[in-house]
Amino acid sequence: MRVLACLKRVPNTGARIVLTEDEQRIDASGLGFTMSPHEECAIEEAVAQVETHGGSAHLLTLGPSEADEQLRTGLAMQADEATLLETDGEEWSPRATADALADGIDRLADDEGFDLLLFGNESADAANYQVGVRVASELGYPCVTGIKDLEIEDGTAIARREVPGGEEVYELDLPAVVTVKEGLNEPRYASMRAKMQARQQDTESMEPRAETRAGGLEKVRLEAPETDDSPAEILGEGPEAVPEIVETLAEEEVV
Amino acid sequence: MILALVEHDEGTPEELSLEGVAMARELATAEGDSLEVVAVGDEADALGEALGEHGVEAVHCVAHDRLEGETYAPDAWAESVAQLADDCGATAITGPGTDRGRDVLARVGTKLDAPLATDCLGVEVADDGAYELRRNRWGGSLIEHARLEGNRKLLTAAEHEFSSEPAASAVEATVSAFEPDLEDDDLAVRVDRVEAGDEEGISLGEARVVVGGGRGVGSAADYDQLEELAELLGGTVGASRAAVNEGWRPHDDQVGQTGAKISPDIYIACGISGAVQHMVGCKGADSLLAINTDPEAAIIQKADWAVIGDLHEVVPALNDALREAD
Repeated sequence: MRVLACLKRVPNTGARIVLTEDEQRIDASGLGFTMSPHEECAIEEAVAQVETHGGSAHLLTLGPSEADEQLRTGLAMQADEATLLETDGEEWSPRATADALADGIDRLADDEGFDLLLFGNESADAANYQVGVRVASELGYPCVTGIKDLEIEDGTAIARREVPGGEEVYELDLPAVVTVKEGLNEPRYASMRAKMQARQQDTESMEPRAETRAGGLEKVRLEAPETDDSPAEILGEGPEAVPEIVETLAEEEVV
Repeated sequence: MILALVEHDEGTPEELSLEGVAMARELATAEGDSLEVVAVGDEADALGEALGEHGVEAVHCVAHDRLEGETYAPDAWAESVAQLADDCGATAITGPGTDRGRDVLARVGTKLDAPLATDCLGVEVADDGAYELRRNRWGGSLIEHARLEGNRKLLTAAEHEFSSEPAASAVEATVSAFEPDLEDDDLAVRVDRVEAGDEEGISLGEARVVVGGGRGVGSAADYDQLEELAELLGGTVGASRAAVNEGWRPHDDQVGQTGAKISPDIYIACGISGAVQHMVGCKGADSLLAINTDPEAAIIQKADWAVIGDLHEVVPALNDALREAD
């Protein structure tokens, strides 16, 4: 089975989001970058499914050359191959991103194609909730979204999505696109040795192709909303504060 | 015409769908256009009565024998919406801020080759006809100002940003059936069955009191104290992503951008630093009490009350006091 997981390089956010002066992006100079949490689970699932069923796990991202760092994180999690669709770092709209990914997947597919294509349900930063669906449509594959449990049996994907009071169960034939949520699995920690090996591995870089970069939805600027950062009322220090806590809980009618 | 997708329970519209209708109504008013609704599912024809007072002039009930019952088949829903939009010349299609709303609208976007803006906080119509909108990023800790252009614009509303109250003036809504042409491919993805979850305890989303534990808790066993506090207060326990990553709690307990969104009367955050990823999940809490050793922690800035101290000392003492008072 050939499995593909797509991922996106996003800034770490820490305790407070700071924007660059031009309000076009997050100032990531202090905290660096990571990948969207849902996608760590997509990579884990790709690797785990290949461990169970045999085959190979591939990684794909659209982003700046620095996104190589996130691809290597995935390789250290035991993915087999990684490809970067290299941009100049400007943000692409969800439609253009899907265009470029679908085209990239076509080029990577060779004669074999992929049996299972995994995406995060939404990226941590832009959260457009549509790239996986659009790629599936372009490739002509069925797609389910928001999946938190996945089994592959005899060419069928059995996928579960949480709804109030239970789970919806979908069964769909492979090849299929599945967008996943954190909680799907527990992503493995890469060992130091795996990280060292991932550093030596080759990653492929390709030029992305898409009709248009904006695609009808264009970011103008970002805004960090006002938050009420007035300091908390300090009730006390250590266990001596317990009477004050109880009093506060009583005032709030919690006890 | 502005077309709003509405989810309903046997003819009673869902609250988040009414919020989506409110966003659509703002657009219809700005454009001087009519507001119409599309709905799938049994007894959708009963929606006419409820939606007239929300300013909806027409309700289109998708009627197809393969969509009867409670079947959710996202491609078939999207195909129906897209065909209806073509038939009646919709210039914008809105959806509710739900998993289904975003799922269906994304698929409508592929069928109409149209752009989609999700999680919108507000929309205005610019002179050139484009929509100037604000939408959530990072679970709402950042706002994107964006332009949405094209003959067909798709949008979903952010949760609880638009009112679900009736419009200033009610209208009479006509109700009609819409029969889409559906093919086997449109039904390839569908809910095969729904499995009931185990309804143990109070769910995080509905709890009136949540006791959260973060990295400062230190181990899985140390959550016992938090469990006890939650029980004494009639609440439930949550966890930060850091604690879940440590394997101390299951992901179901995670509060945050990629976990549960909570809205309790009080959230008691123990040993939690206050990272953006976590605060997005608990911003719906009416009040916040932080217990933390670090007076400089971000959570102290965001809390209403704080106790500076080790949760391993404070929480057991608090539990003792609450038991005695009982």
